[in-house]
Amino acid sequence: MVDVAQNQSKTAAPPDPAERRPLPRWAITLASVVCVLVLWEIFGRQINPVFGSYPSAIAVAFWELLRSGELWSALAESLQPFFVGYGLAIVIGVPVGLVIGRFRTAEAALGIYVTAGYAMPLVALVPLLILWLGLGFKVKVAVVFLMSLFPICINTWLGVTAVPKTLIEVGKSFVASDVVILRRIILPATLPYIMAGIRLAVGRAVVAMVIAEFFTTISGLGAVIINSANNFDTATMFVPIIILMLMAVGLNGLIGWVEHRVAPWQAEIAGRDRE
Amino acid sequence: MGEVSFVDVSKRFSLRVDGELHHVQALDRVSFTVRDGEIVALIGPSGCGKTTALRVAMGLDPASGGRVTVDGREVQGCGHDRGMVFQHAELLPWLSAMQNVMFGLEMKGMRGAPLRETAQKYLDLVGLASSQNRRPHQLSGGMKQRVGIARALAIDPKVLLMDEPFGALDAQTRESMQAELLEIHARTKKTILFVTHDLDEAVMIADRIVVMHEGRVQEIVDVPLTRPRADLSIVRGLPEFNDTRYKIWRMLHATQTVH
Repeated sequence: MVDVAQNQSKTAAPPDPAERRPLPRWAITLASVVCVLVLWEIFGRQINPVFGSYPSAIAVAFWELLRSGELWSALAESLQPFFVGYGLAIVIGVPVGLVIGRFRTAEAALGIYVTAGYAMPLVALVPLLILWLGLGFKVKVAVVFLMSLFPICINTWLGVTAVPKTLIEVGKSFVASDVVILRRIILPATLPYIMAGIRLAVGRAVVAMVIAEFFTTISGLGAVIINSANNFDTATMFVPIIILMLMAVGLNGLIGWVEHRVAPWQAEIAGRDRE
Repeated sequence: MGEVSFVDVSKRFSLRVDGELHHVQALDRVSFTVRDGEIVALIGPSGCGKTTALRVAMGLDPASGGRVTVDGREVQGCGHDRGMVFQHAELLPWLSAMQNVMFGLEMKGMRGAPLRETAQKYLDLVGLASSQNRRPHQLSGGMKQRVGIARALAIDPKVLLMDEPFGALDAQTRESMQAELLEIHARTKKTILFVTHDLDEAVMIADRIVVMHEGRVQEIVDVPLTRPRADLSIVRGLPEFNDTRYKIWRMLHATQTVH
């Protein structure tokens, strides 16, 4: 009887504060960004514009770049090699990682290059790459490709070695061929690792693109950064930097969305599917 | 037909423990036969080689000596004449129950409409028709193992090999799964070789029990219970059940106290 009475009073009363829905993620992120922008604006205005800048000045510089058309052409110059290099890294890195992880011989023969390549000081090699490939599109593709290939490859490789042996034995028990086991058991079981590698590679690919453009300095967002820095135009310099950071955030979100589509079971198992 | 014979099967493992190479004789000239349509349980303390014997029969591990034959044909690697039910079901987590059953059939080369129909038929057989679109993590332990059984049965093997299939389930689920397995056996008449460490389970389900100890067959015990054993609560009360159980318990106990 007491239980019933309590239940009734609960339904009649206004919602319990503890049961109120928590703030959605995007609202928290938005509030955080607004706070940072406001603080930056307040403190940035007190600094000499050569040594720093602030959001409203950067917005004005952004508008100038946009109006002159410089931003669009720089974006196009940068994004084309970025996506070609990054795409190639995925197309080549994933299968190579799968093969290295799956086959002992491949691991022994190729694993060492992948591990070493991940730590390669690419910046030091860019001048050499420029000698080989010139100052244009090709060298940017090469630098982006080399920077993003290894994290994708290593993550895929690690993912394969983490596949439970019993799942492979399920394939063997039903007389699946090596290719079928690789494609229908190991690949899906490794997908979360592959997606993590692809995510990690976004940041590296963006950095790689800028590095390549610093060295070539004739086109793209990297050139805008370098040229405006040389002219002490700090506000303009921040425009491509912020665009690149936003692009990385956007790509990260896109990859997360793709991951959710191609590997929905992963989020379900981890209990992240309700958010 | 579906007769499995172990003929002098031996299996040695080498493993390195703290830098020292150890040789383990997992199976030592094991011989016994599972007759067509019969259920045989392999029982023994952990490390006695019962799971190894099953893996050799499946073709997952090669024998070091001797041979296993299925209907006179020597086992060399895995084959569709044997269906394996794994200890923790081992369903592919990205596939639905239905797709998991279809996976085995596809490996057998089945395509198109028969593929779905056959998978459906075996999901019905294990009582999972209503949950066929769920993924493994949305199924309970018992349901997962039902899918595992359906997947193995669907390829219509001559023999069903089961590795402690109900070992990870709670007591109540385990008993209902045992009853269900007996029912499935009555309907399909499959030869079943299953590994268990649960004495009650062995006596309840098997026609004969192979008691193993340190890689050898210690004894083969006939279970004098008639089929069908539909009502497990009645079977449990029978003197034959308790006598057989006690007999094997003493065997296991006698060898265990030696340690």
